[in-house]
Amino acid sequence: MADKVIICRCEDITREMILQCIEDGYQTIDEIKRVTRAGMGPCQGRTCRLLIAQELSRAYHVPMEEVLMSTFRPPTKPISMGALADAWLENHEGEEAVSGQAVAPKPEEGGAAE
Amino acid sequence: MKKGYDVVVIGGGIVGCATAFELAKRGVKDILLIEKRFLTAGATGRCGAGIRQQWGSELNASIALESTNILENLEEYTGYPHSVELHQGGYLLVAYTDKEWDQFQKNLEVQHRLGIDSYALTPEEMKKKVPYLNLDGVKGGTFNQKDGHANPFHCTQAYAYGARKMGVDIETFCEATGFRMKNGAIAGVETTKGYIEAKTVINCANTRAPELAKMVGEDIPVISERHQALVTEPVAPLIDCMVMAFSRSYYVQQTPHGSFVMGIGPKETPSHNFKSSWQFLEHNCAVMCEALPILRNLRVVRQWAGQYDMSPDANPVIDEAAECKNFYSVCGFSGHGFMVSPRVAIMVANYLTGQEDTLDIHRFSKKRFETGELLLEPAVV
Repeated sequence: MADKVIICRCEDITREMILQCIEDGYQTIDEIKRVTRAGMGPCQGRTCRLLIAQELSRAYHVPMEEVLMSTFRPPTKPISMGALADAWLENHEGEEAVSGQAVAPKPEEGGAAE
Repeated sequence: MKKGYDVVVIGGGIVGCATAFELAKRGVKDILLIEKRFLTAGATGRCGAGIRQQWGSELNASIALESTNILENLEEYTGYPHSVELHQGGYLLVAYTDKEWDQFQKNLEVQHRLGIDSYALTPEEMKKKVPYLNLDGVKGGTFNQKDGHANPFHCTQAYAYGARKMGVDIETFCEATGFRMKNGAIAGVETTKGYIEAKTVINCANTRAPELAKMVGEDIPVISERHQALVTEPVAPLIDCMVMAFSRSYYVQQTPHGSFVMGIGPKETPSHNFKSSWQFLEHNCAVMCEALPILRNLRVVRQWAGQYDMSPDANPVIDEAAECKNFYSVCGFSGHGFMVSPRVAIMVANYLTGQEDTLDIHRFSKKRFETGELLLEPAVV
């Protein structure tokens, strides 16, 4: 029953799933985040990061402060793409919207890829 | 970890894990894979996860086609008990210039020769596929249903899982710091966890591969270039396919989870910079909201940066070190390593175990930059 406790509320990840990861040999918050999505939701791990650290600390017998933290990535809070796009347009007044070569490099100069 | 191995693979991304798996599958018994951090900590875990067969050169299209065939059954192939989340919703490639549109017709011919089921779409037909696409400036597009994406974390873990089952040792948080040679051949690897004897070393360290090769006197013309991506909150299904444009340098896809993953690719000076920038965040949103205005309503939850290991012709460099026998480098994937790794790993493993292969590994030698026999690819970004 206790294992059904939700650890990551954004992605519905239970304590049972975290313990299974540890049993499968995962050793860091970063790895558990990548295979379960715990910490990838809108709150970006504010709640679950330390709860997972606690499980790792217990399982591997290391003090909490020695558990490797995952990277804190921007933005701090979710921001709408529209607001960000408008911010760019405001700072690039007069530039041909965002189309064409004005902002994007030519393919032969390197560009996006998957 | 033992004190010596027949083969030591350096790098816990998909190239290293798939190579270790394919070698073990061919009966190589004594393999160790070392990784500086954890599996997928580098470029694989930071990539856009796309897989496509819509290439412009026969070589890349056929490697991508055969790689997709493996990814379609990767769970069974490796025995991995989880899904690798392959979704074949297709890639819609968007042409914004006449030159690009002409090139797309040529690419289709190449793809059709290989039996790839791609086809051209008019702007109106594109609108039917992706109703949210802004058609301003769009000349046309091409589509292939078999393209799509897979989860890079799970694909890599699948190969690692299968490799471990066949006896491969995987040591994480173990960094290669130097090499020892004997009579012009590799003898072992110095690591942060001690010295390991090795009869063969395979350097799959992506953007760090050139500096490792340098330690055995080998120059590899591969540079490191930062690229960034971001992901939004999950929403109900809106777009089934990847939408990508070379001339405007963007790609965007909705994952099965509901979030949108996207990126744009301005050229940067070579670096090992792994930091995210606010400039990317704003610029990416401006480019993407222009192409797909519906994205304005979505919120960005996270952004990150990764590295492309760029080679001069944007194709892999696979070679044995000239001054150090049995030291091989497999790098220079230039931003599309994830989608070609299954087939490339097979080619490398076939070569090292003396088995025949329809692909000639020597085409990937760095000699091509001297002889001019470049692996030119028109549909690369």
